[in-house]
Amino acid sequence: MGFKHKDIIALRDLTKEEILLLLDTAENMREINSRDIKKVPTLRGKTIINLFYEASTRTRTSFEIAAKRLSADAVNISPSTSSATKGETLLDTAKNLMAMKPDIIVMRHAISGAHYFLAKRLPCSIINAGDGAHEHPSQGLLDMLTMRDRFGKLDGLKVAIVGDVTHSRVARSNIQGLTKMGSQVFLAGPPTMIPTGAEKLGNVTVCNSMNEAIDGADVVMMLRIQLERQGKTLLPTLKEYSRYYGLNPENLKLAKKDAMVMHPGPINRGVELSSYVADGDQSHVMKQVENGVAVRMAMLYHVSGGELTAE
Amino acid sequence: MSLLIKNGRVIDPLQNIDDTLDILVERGKVKDVAKGLSAPDSAEIIDAKGCYVTPGLVDMHVHLRDPGLEYKEDIVTGTRAAAAGGFTSVACMPNTSPVNDNKTVTSYIVAKAKAEGCVNVFPVGAITKGSKGESLAEMGELKEAGCVAVSDDGHPVANTELMRRALEYAKGMGIMLISHAEEKSLVGEGVMNEGFVATELGLKGIPWAAEDVATARDVYLAEFTNSPLHIAHVSTQGALRIIRNAKARGVRVTCETAPHYFTLTDDAVRGYETNAKMNPPLRSTADQEAVKAALKDGTIDAIATDHAPHHLDEKDIEFNLALNGIIGLETSLPLSLKLVEEKVLTLPALIEKMSVNPSKILGIDRGSLKPGSAADITIIDPKAAWTVSADTLASKSKNSPWLGETMKGAAAYTIVAGKVVYKRG
Ligand SMILES: [Zn+2]
Ligand SMILES: [Zn+2]
Repeated sequence: MGFKHKDIIALRDLTKEEILLLLDTAENMREINSRDIKKVPTLRGKTIINLFYEASTRTRTSFEIAAKRLSADAVNISPSTSSATKGETLLDTAKNLMAMKPDIIVMRHAISGAHYFLAKRLPCSIINAGDGAHEHPSQGLLDMLTMRDRFGKLDGLKVAIVGDVTHSRVARSNIQGLTKMGSQVFLAGPPTMIPTGAEKLGNVTVCNSMNEAIDGADVVMMLRIQLERQGKTLLPTLKEYSRYYGLNPENLKLAKKDAMVMHPGPINRGVELSSYVADGDQSHVMKQVENGVAVRMAMLYHVSGGELTAE
Repeated sequence: MSLLIKNGRVIDPLQNIDDTLDILVERGKVKDVAKGLSAPDSAEIIDAKGCYVTPGLVDMHVHLRDPGLEYKEDIVTGTRAAAAGGFTSVACMPNTSPVNDNKTVTSYIVAKAKAEGCVNVFPVGAITKGSKGESLAEMGELKEAGCVAVSDDGHPVANTELMRRALEYAKGMGIMLISHAEEKSLVGEGVMNEGFVATELGLKGIPWAAEDVATARDVYLAEFTNSPLHIAHVSTQGALRIIRNAKARGVRVTCETAPHYFTLTDDAVRGYETNAKMNPPLRSTADQEAVKAALKDGTIDAIATDHAPHHLDEKDIEFNLALNGIIGLETSLPLSLKLVEEKVLTLPALIEKMSVNPSKILGIDRGSLKPGSAADITIIDPKAAWTVSADTLASKSKNSPWLGETMKGAAAYTIVAGKVVYKRG
């Protein structure tokens, strides 16, 4: 089965089979990453532009490494926010970049849907590295891959997602992906951070408390609190947040005995996760990062028209 | 110069007429409405067989963008769009540049409309100076210069005490106050209706409570001051419930909605469609149903377009950055005629909401075909099928969510003071 999309913007747009294909490809890519010489010629001669309107060293580096391991030429561009206010529109910038003939633009942008805007107008492939509060598909895929590594499947898993769901693109991609794969998702967080209609996002249950969400969970996924976003109205204090919505060794006992703990990083230690949990046996945070490169290689590979050869 | 309109289905709610009749127009006024009229040899004759002949449609809420923002629209193109849509009169909101908060701007609009416009233009002045919500505009002078109402449309009057005084003062001047009911602190950085679609798209939501809370405040102030109040572009079931209750206890409140609120829901935003971005935002199916029910039971008095032209660059952009609003003058009639097809309104009731009531609310001498009244007449071809296209829209701007869609029903003729200002085809 080939991958039919020019772009990867949201897991909402992909079928279960397409998501599986990306996960399977990522598993194959992981083999490359364990070699001595971690490079294959698959995308030789292809030009990839990492266009990051929001700073994110982790995601950008992960995409950059992914590109290089496939022998593509990767260029990083971080337009200063000031150039946007100077009057150059996103479309202008993109047209200028197009003149340089890239094959793929990997973009992060603060505005939800900005990628659709570009993808409609540019011939090259667009990969979403995070758009506003919409989606972060590579993160969703790497999270799912990490869960599948641990359980061998995604179907029937109970996944608790805790924190600021309203502003979380990670949560949206995970919800879209996981519910397609047959997992059950339980959301918890202060009601100021649970978006209207969240229960309609698929097989999702909105819980009244964190304990309810993590009770019997296979996976506890903690979301990052973005301090700059909370203003004065969504939360009283971080202290209170961590008391009611932070994961610590005590409440983690409510989850399945060897439940996975996940976090998209960077962690606010002592807020979303106590350090005991973040660095504990159940934490899969580093495996998430490791899987990130493989997943991004798979995404680059498939939008370039790659076909996964039969085993 | 006389004009005879023959064989049309004449609908004049004020005279309780719905019958196949002829209309004779002489010297810009309606001379007679009866069966089998004959005209002098020199008369122009229009055969309106199969068409509806109605008092000229009145759109009480448009943005003509003139003066100052003529790159979006001006009085010439805006009134042409109005005529093409079957409107013989429009009331234009004051959020121009400069704001229409003084008689100089009003006089400019009146003079330019008279010289170059093809339909009647009734300016709406500002409630507060610069629409800044700080101090009252000179409403007496605005009225004298030709304003038919005051509104800070686009900006709610945030200060409740000032709103109270504005209602009292406008009453004293005998000028209608039109409220843009929106509680900004609840809107925040919202860009679409708060609900499932916003959640899925990751866009910041605007809660319906932002409209309801502001509507309640203004309705209670109107009740307290016993002043007339008109609420613009109502879009939520809550606001309609408040208005319905207020009307029942005798509060002097009227309201309007726009075709997009009974035709579309926030589902239209999917795909980050900027031509579905407006203020108030497109709401839920339940709100859409409530708007139709309120049209039916009379809670909503008028259909207005909130015609809001924007340049391509202001819409062909990331969703958050796109400006609010859509054009509406040329699509209002077919969209509203659908209400008749769906049995939400009878045809006469529709004409009330598109001509009679807006005229009454603004206190303008329009909305009737009584002999002696201005011969502002719309001849509607209910069967005309046409496709909304950027190439043929008369408005300077093309920001319509219906581009490419087929509409049924159109103005066949638009007649202002006995003169044909638009003829279809
Ligand atoms: Zn308004
Ligand atoms: Zn308006």
